[in-house]
Formats: sequence, structure tokens, C-alpha cells
Amino acid sequence: MTRNSDIRRNIDGLTILLFLLLAVIGWVNLISAATGPDGAVEWGLGTLHGKQGLWLLVSLILGFLVLQIEGTFFVRTAWLNYGVTLLLCALVLVIGKKVGGARSWFGFGSFGIQPSEFAKMGASMALAWYCSQEGGLKAFGQQIRAAIIVGIPAGLILLQPDAGTVLVFLGFVFAMYREGLSGAVLIVGFAAVVMAVLTILSGAGDLTYPFIGEANGIYRFWMLFAVLGAAGIAILRNATLPRYRTRVTTRAIISAVVALLFSLAMHLALEEVLRPHQRERIQVLFGLEVDNPDADYNIRHAKTAIGSGGWTGMGWRKGPMTGYGFVPEQETDFIFCVWSEERGWLGSVFFIVLFAAFILRILFLAERQRSAFTRVYAYGVGGILFMHMLINVGMVLGLAPVIGIPLPFMSYGGSSFMAFSLMIAILIRLDAERFSVLR
Amino acid sequence: MDTRFRTVVLLILFFTGAFILRLTGLQLLQPEWKDKALSLTSDRQSIPPSRGLMFDRNGLLLVGSRAVHDLMVLPRMLPSDLDSNLGAVAEWAGMSEEALDKALNKAKRYSRYKTSTIRKGVEAEEYARMAATLLEYPGFSFRTRPLRHHLYEAAGHLIGEYAEATPSDLEMDPFYQLGDHIGKSGLEKVYELELRGVKGRASVAVDARNRVRNADLAVPENRPAEAGLDITLTVDLDLQRLAERLMEGKKGSVVAIEPRSGEVLAMVSAPYFNPNMLVGTQRGDYYGHLVTDPEKPLFNRAIKATYRPGSIWKMVQGLIAMQAEQIGPWTRFDCDRTIIGCHGAHTRDNLKEAIVHSCNPYFYRVMQRVVGSAEGLSRFDRAALGLDLWREKVLSFGFGTSLGSRLPGTSAGNIPGSADYDRVYGARRWDFGTIYSIAIGEGELLTTPLQMANLAATLANRGWYRLPHFIRSVADRGKPSGLGIRLESGVDSVHFETVTRAMRNVVDDASGTGRRARIRDIAVCGKTGTVQDEPRKDHSVFIAFAPEENPQIALSVYVENSGFGGEWAAPIAALLIEQYLTDSIANTRRLHRILQADLSDPYPKPKPAPAVQPAPAAPDTGTANRP
Repeated sequence: MTRNSDIRRNIDGLTILLFLLLAVIGWVNLISAATGPDGAVEWGLGTLHGKQGLWLLVSLILGFLVLQIEGTFFVRTAWLNYGVTLLLCALVLVIGKKVGGARSWFGFGSFGIQPSEFAKMGASMALAWYCSQEGGLKAFGQQIRAAIIVGIPAGLILLQPDAGTVLVFLGFVFAMYREGLSGAVLIVGFAAVVMAVLTILSGAGDLTYPFIGEANGIYRFWMLFAVLGAAGIAILRNATLPRYRTRVTTRAIISAVVALLFSLAMHLALEEVLRPHQRERIQVLFGLEVDNPDADYNIRHAKTAIGSGGWTGMGWRKGPMTGYGFVPEQETDFIFCVWSEERGWLGSVFFIVLFAAFILRILFLAERQRSAFTRVYAYGVGGILFMHMLINVGMVLGLAPVIGIPLPFMSYGGSSFMAFSLMIAILIRLDAERFSVLR
Repeated sequence: MDTRFRTVVLLILFFTGAFILRLTGLQLLQPEWKDKALSLTSDRQSIPPSRGLMFDRNGLLLVGSRAVHDLMVLPRMLPSDLDSNLGAVAEWAGMSEEALDKALNKAKRYSRYKTSTIRKGVEAEEYARMAATLLEYPGFSFRTRPLRHHLYEAAGHLIGEYAEATPSDLEMDPFYQLGDHIGKSGLEKVYELELRGVKGRASVAVDARNRVRNADLAVPENRPAEAGLDITLTVDLDLQRLAERLMEGKKGSVVAIEPRSGEVLAMVSAPYFNPNMLVGTQRGDYYGHLVTDPEKPLFNRAIKATYRPGSIWKMVQGLIAMQAEQIGPWTRFDCDRTIIGCHGAHTRDNLKEAIVHSCNPYFYRVMQRVVGSAEGLSRFDRAALGLDLWREKVLSFGFGTSLGSRLPGTSAGNIPGSADYDRVYGARRWDFGTIYSIAIGEGELLTTPLQMANLAATLANRGWYRLPHFIRSVADRGKPSGLGIRLESGVDSVHFETVTRAMRNVVDDASGTGRRARIRDIAVCGKTGTVQDEPRKDHSVFIAFAPEENPQIALSVYVENSGFGGEWAAPIAALLIEQYLTDSIANTRRLHRILQADLSDPYPKPKPAPAVQPAPAAPDTGTANRP
């Protein structure tokens, strides 16, 4: 038991400030996105910004209440939390409302709850609990179990299907990396991305081969990879000390073969598994020619909206690209376009820096904990937030494929805001107790 | 701090930096996104300027505009059950079902979100009917645009056509866009730059479905249209309309000039056309009808047709000869009809009598003196030298030139020189005997009605003229520069007196060929001309000015295939003079005779005499010479 006055003194005001700043910016921006440039702003619970305002209010109250709860409660209920969110994720597959081909919502009248948003919180807590119990993720078995903890909700969400949110769960890699997952995982991940890009680019068109004729360009890439890989391994072998030679060579050969198999799988997935519109999205991202002229409509208009912002933007509720419906989903996934068009470069950079500062602040909080639970949990929250920014902003800027996930605090969506508010509030409470607890 | 923490922080900073770089590129370094956004979110509409109006010399509006309505469609708004309902819609739209279907498909192909024209030029009455039930037909709307309107349907040839710009027009001048109109002929073409004005530009904000939204978001260089400049013509509407009435049912032309200013008071080419039928939807049919008409109603005879000048030429010959001091008013020649044929009872005329009687041998002798005056040369060189000297003098009357007219297709006629004959016969292979027919206005000579009217003006001024022109003022800037310069004929005014007195006699003598041009209390000076057009009837030609002292009007009248000069052209000239000088017509008998005459029969009975190949002679050529 700790004294409440200490707790109150140790509450991190900067985090709350950053959080409130993001929330206010997000809501003001949503008003613009929801009302468009014409006429006066209408209020009421029938409007998007009105609903979001209610969610904001409820979330802030809930967050305040959460701050009053002792941190041990969250540690003790970590598995319960995880279990309940898993249950909801499973339940939504059965009784959820089908919206846009995915069963992600529980509907309550005009409001809806998205359990996948809360699953992020549950997974964070479960992972934190597990890591704090094990004292790290150094062993392979621990890493596998940690991956399973994260993988179960991700798998349930994939069944909805909601690929974007699943990708966000990759954010837990940061927490796992911090707790002992090998850096090689990150390097392998990076190598996989490079390999995937090369596979997509070379597989996008046909080439004329001698003796064979027209065939997919991927074969040239594979041949080149094999030849260059063999040459590279030979050089590596000669450059290595004799006593490491066999081991290094073997690893290099295995890596190369795995890379080639990955490319093959990737190519097959692209050609056979992905639906045409998904393939088009990827091709659009890489500037490849697409048969469907409207395939790049979203991203083209998103970039146009952002690009037309200039230095200072059009002003609040004055952006015609977003206000007049040229940018699709501009209240949710493409909300950053609204902000960018109306606030320009200065506003956009301010937001990106603010968001990054918020994530970094969370990671900084994580690092000052004596409690492993709090640290891992904070890394989980930070990683999730980072993945959201990476995918969402990367998408609207045309740097990542079109994947529908919200931008936290900005996008319309009560569940998302509420889930993040609770996660942040729990983190702040845990952080406030950092001097008094050892877990 | 943990190195892994540092790695994660670096990773976050790396992507943050990448995003900022990307934002810098999109928002600060690539201005094309702004243009793209503007073109997407605003609908730029060019506002057509109202075209300059045309007034007559007294300030009466001749050419203005009236509204017509285009039926438009916005495919996005069309009801889905339209196909089953197409018949009713087609009936409402006044179109055939196939035509409507075709137009709708074309509009859909163009854009579902932009309006396309379905039917052009719906007139007021039908518009009223359709507009009453417009709301029952979602997706359809009207756009109103101005159409050129000729209030009196007068001076169509002079004013010219104003019609849709062709692809080559669009290529020539970026001002024009598809569907724009442009002056095609006449003054509409000559003063196109002044009349057309400056287009305005309006941009409205539109949403992704091309609906017009709050306009103050997109404000790219909006500006109002500037109306074109109004033009005041020199034409006198009353005179012009009377001339058109008089020429109804006839072929030919009237050109009337105010002698002291060179202003063209009236210019008519017959057969005439209705300029209002050449705008709007009926243009296509009417134009085709006009083009295929063998009488060439679109052809402006007044400036484009060339005729042999005939007897009227004798006055020019007399003037040049007197100025060259080869003859005087007293000079008499025998009417020796062995040299060249003649007519009427006279034997040995002086110049004045020779003009009145139109004596051919007299002017043969005159020309012989003018051309053959050089001494000490062979007859070939004498003829060549003499002809060129003569030609120069003729050119100073404005013959052989287009008289400065900017009207497209203005003909210069033809005044032959030694080079022309050298080309036909070879140098030094022709002499006076070859060319003498030009002495009596025949041979290779060709003149236009405009030139003949200008000759009348020169005679009225006793020796000088100003270039005939059609514009009194462009906006309030006055006359275009270059008009109004006094040009000398090169013949002294004393010599003109002899000729104009003869012209007075042509009209006033009891047996004068121009006696039908006599007007009570007005001294008319005139000269008839008769131009043969075998095998048809002669062209009747008359030039005149009045009053004799301080002349106010000079004119030429051509009535093709109607008879000798005094028969039709002279009375028409007289009526126009009377109208212009007195604002009324006392001689109603004469007026009715002209109005009731239908001389337009293209193939009247051939005269019995000639056995020439009856090739359908073009209306712009004449042959042979009669009084």
C-alpha cells in the first residue's frame, strides 16, 4: 500500500499534457473532417464529432477513475484483462456486426465497440506479466511463448478479417526486443522487407528470355540472386578465418536459401492468394502500372490533399480536397490528410513530432521503471502507437500500402480512443507508483 | 541507458525524420499538388463576353443578341429507370428516341459528373413548354446563351456571318474553345478582334461529385468578362432597307456612298439572304440551301462580282484625255461606224454629246490619241508605252485596286497593262488595233460595283475621293486610322465639269438614256451602262450622284439580266436618291413598278440573235457594250 499523496506527486504531467494535446488536436480536426467547409458546425450526438466528443468525455472520466486504482490491481488482473479481450474478440466473430466485409463490431444502437482495440491493451498486459515473471525473454522457449501470447489475439483479429490491426501487433516486437529478443530478428525483418520489395518489383512485369520467350520477370531476379549469392558466399568464405569458415558458409547458404524460398512464397502469395484489389494497392505503392485507373485514386487524392497544404495550410474547415469528399475515409483512416491540408507543413510536422515525442516519452517512462511489468507494458503501448503512426501516416504519405487502420487520437472511433486512453491512464498510474513498488 | 532502448529510439526518430522529409517534398517542394488540387476542387468556367453591337449611322441598333436555351444533362442525376421511359423523355425534349439515346450515351461517356449539352438552341416557345415540366425530368437542365440577332435582317452581306468556330479557327487562336463563335465573313470577320471582347473566368468550388459548393474556397483569378466594342456602321438603315426591298426579286447590287466622306450608305447584293437564319440551329439547313442555290445568294456581288464597265467607262476615257490635253470639250470626231459600231442618230459629236449618246467611234479616236501620243516610236512601242501611261491614270481612280477594303474577297477587278498583252500576244506583237476595245469599256477591263460607286463619288467630288468604308466608329474611338484620306484622281476639276454636265443631260434630256432617273426638284447626274451577258438579257447598270451641286449621295446600281441601263438600274437609283435626300418617295408609281418586277428568272428567253454556246454564264462577268 502506498500513500495517495506520493502517487499524486509522481503522476507524470508531461505525458498527460502530450496526451491531452493530441486528444484536443484530434477532436478539433475531426470537427473539420466531419462538417466540411460549408455552413456552421452542427452539434449533437447524431454528428460524428458530437459522438466522438461524448467518447472523449467518457474516456477522460474513465481514465481519471483508472488513475485512482492501485497499480497492483492491473498487474493482478492482467490475465483477466487478456482473457476478457480474447473472449470479446472471439465473440465478435459470432455475433458481431458485419461492416465492410469484416466482423469487427459490437453494435449498440448508433454506437459500436471494437474489441480489437481493447485486445491491444490485454495483450500488452499479458506480455508484461509474462515477461516480468520470467525476468526477460532470453530463452527461445520464452520468446515463443511471448509470441503466442501476442499471436492469439492477432489470429482472432485476422479472422474478422482486419489485417491492419494484425500488423499493429507487430509493435510488440519492440517490447520483446527490449526484453531480450535477438536483434537479428530486426535485421531479418529488414532483410525480408528488402527481399519483398525486390520480389514485387521484379515480378510485376514480363520479360523476354532467350530460348524461353515471354515469362515473368521474377525468374531473372531469382537467377541473379542465385549467381550473385553464390559469388558472395565464395568471397565471404575466402575472407573468413579458416576455423569459422564452415560455420559462416553454412549459415550464409541457409540464409540465402531461406531468402529465396521467402521470395518464392511471396511471389506465389502475390500472384495466387491476394485478391486483385489488394495486389493493385501494392503495385500502386511501388509506382507500377495498374490496369485499373482508379486503383491509385485514394492515395493520389490523399497526396494531393496533403501536397496542397503548403507551408501553413488552408485553415480549419477550409480544405476543399478533404472537405468536399475527394479523399475517401477522411474521418477515419485518411484523417491525417485533413490535418495536413488545413494546417500545412508546419502543422503536419508539429503533429508528427508531437506524436513521436509522446511515444518517446512513453519509452522514457518505461526505462525509468524498476518494475519489469510496467516497463514491458509501456514498451507495448509505445510499440503499438508507433506501428499505428508508421502504417497510417506512411499510407497517406504514399510510403506504405493502403492498409486501413486508424491514427490514434485523430481518427473517428470511440473504441480506439477509449482503449488508448485507458492504456495511457494505466501506464501513468503504474509510473506514478514507480518509487513504491518492486514487481 | 540500455543500448536496446537507444536502438528503438533511433528507429522511431528515423521514421519520424522520413515522414518529415516526405511532407517537405509533398507540401513545400512539389507545387504540382496544389495545381492538381485546384483542378480537382474547382470548376473553371469561362464567362463568354457579350459581343459588340452594331449600329447604323444614325445610332439604330442593327445587330444585337437574343437568348436561346441549350438542354443539358448531368448523367449522374438521371433516374435509373430512364431507359424504360425514354419515349416520354424524348417527346418532352423534342428529340427522336434514337437521337436522345445517342446524346445521353455520349454524355455518359464524357463524364457522369459533368453536364453535357443534349440539344442546342431551344427557342423561347419550346423552352417555355419544357421548362414548365423540367422538374419532372431529374438530371436535365437548361443553359441560356446569347445568339446573334439581326434586328432588321438588313445588310447581311456587309455584316457577315457569325458562326461556330471550326477546328482550324481553334488552332489559329487559343482564345476560341470548342463551341465558341467567330466572325466568318463581312464586318463580323474584319472587326472580330474588336467585337469579341475579353472572356471572363469564374471558378466555383466543386465537390467530388462535381456539385458546386461554397465558392470562396477556390479563388483562382476570377475576373468578369469584358464586353466587345460596339461598332457604328456608315450604313443608313432606311436607305439600306429600301435598297434591299427594291432589289428583291432581282439579281445585282447597289452601292451608295456619301461622296465627301467615302462612307458607304448602303450596300446590297441580290439575291439576299436572311442573316438571322444563319445563326442557331437552322443554320445548317439554311446554309446548305444557300450554297447550292445557283444564284449564289451568299456571294457579295457588290465587292466580289466583276463586270465589264461598258459605256460608263467613256467618262473615264474623256477625263483622262482632257487631262492629257489630247482633246478638249470642243473636240469633235465623226461617228465613223466603219471603225466600230454605234447607235442612235448623231454624226459628229463633241465630248459632252458623245457621252450623252455613248458614241463608240468618238472614244475610239480619243483612245487612239491618248495611247498613240508618243512621238518617234514604232506603233508597237507607242501602244505599249501609251497603254501603261493610260493605265497609271486609270489606277488613280481606284480601278484595279480593292479600294482599301478589308472585307474578305474584295475583288480588284482588272485594268490591263502592256505586260498583260505581252504575255498573250508577245512583246511588240500587238498595237492599238489589238486593244482598242478597252476604249469603250470592253475587252479585258473588269470593274466591281464598289469601284463604280466610287467613280460616281469621284465625279460628284469633281476629281477626288476618299476610300469607301463601312465603319464610322469603333466604340468611341472614331474611325479606324487610314480612312478619310483624300485621294486625287489626277484629273483637274474643270474637266470633270464637262463630264458631269453631260451626266446631267443623260438624265434630263428628253431622249436621255437615263431619263428614268429623273426626280422632281432634284438635279440628278447619271450614266447608264448596258453589259451584254449572252445568251441572256443584258445587265442593266447605272451610276449617279445627286444633287448636282454639293452632292450628298453617289451610287452604282447593277441589275443583272434585266435589260438596258436606263430600264431598271436608273429608276432604282432614282428611288434611292429620292429616299436619301428627301426621306420619302413621292414617285410611288416608279416605286411600285420596281417592287413588282421579278427579274430573277435565271433563264429568261435567249435573245434571237446570238448563236453563242449557251453556257450558263457566271453572274459576275459581262460582255459587249451597249449604251
